[in-house]
Amino acid sequence: MDNVFLFSSVYLALLMILSLYRGIFGPTVADRMIGVNAIGSKTTVVLILIGLMYHRLDMFVDIALAYALLNFIAVLAASRYFQKCKGLYDES
Amino acid sequence: MNIIVSLLLLAALFFFTAGLIGILRFPDFYSRLHPAGKLDALGVLLGMTALGLYNFNDFSLGTLINGFKILLIVVFVFLASPTATHAIVDAGVRAGLTPWVKGDERR
Repeated sequence: MDNVFLFSSVYLALLMILSLYRGIFGPTVADRMIGVNAIGSKTTVVLILIGLMYHRLDMFVDIALAYALLNFIAVLAASRYFQKCKGLYDES
Repeated sequence: MNIIVSLLLLAALFFFTAGLIGILRFPDFYSRLHPAGKLDALGVLLGMTALGLYNFNDFSLGTLINGFKILLIVVFVFLASPTATHAIVDAGVRAGLTPWVKGDERR
């Protein structure tokens, strides 16, 4: 069962690298926020997988909960900040 | 038990992959929010269900607390993911991004 968790987390890391494309090359700032939000919601699952692999779930579940909260706060603060600035228009 | 956990985890990976393809391939900012908002929440639900079930292999007070915290993560993601999506689309509307119509070039 450890192999299933290991391959799942490697595959999720691959998906995170691919969705970093939208975070780097997105045409507007909002596209970048979408990419970062997708990475953060995958990271909570990866943290629980790491906790099950190392048999220390009681520690990693707290880290995953805090990471979910932090991801939500970061996206909310960034979107509230960029709607007052003019940075959301097309940069190209 | 292991087969159920593996199938749920595989379904979660499938939904994450579908959301990623939607984020990468859709032509517009507003249409990209659609897979990003829905499929990530569904992937988190299925993955957390699988890992919470595997957590209850040996039943004790510690695993019960861990299962409760995993349930708390799922409830929080189901509250927070639509809120974050709505905040992003609100920022886009207020900044004046125009939606993509048929015939425009892909952005």
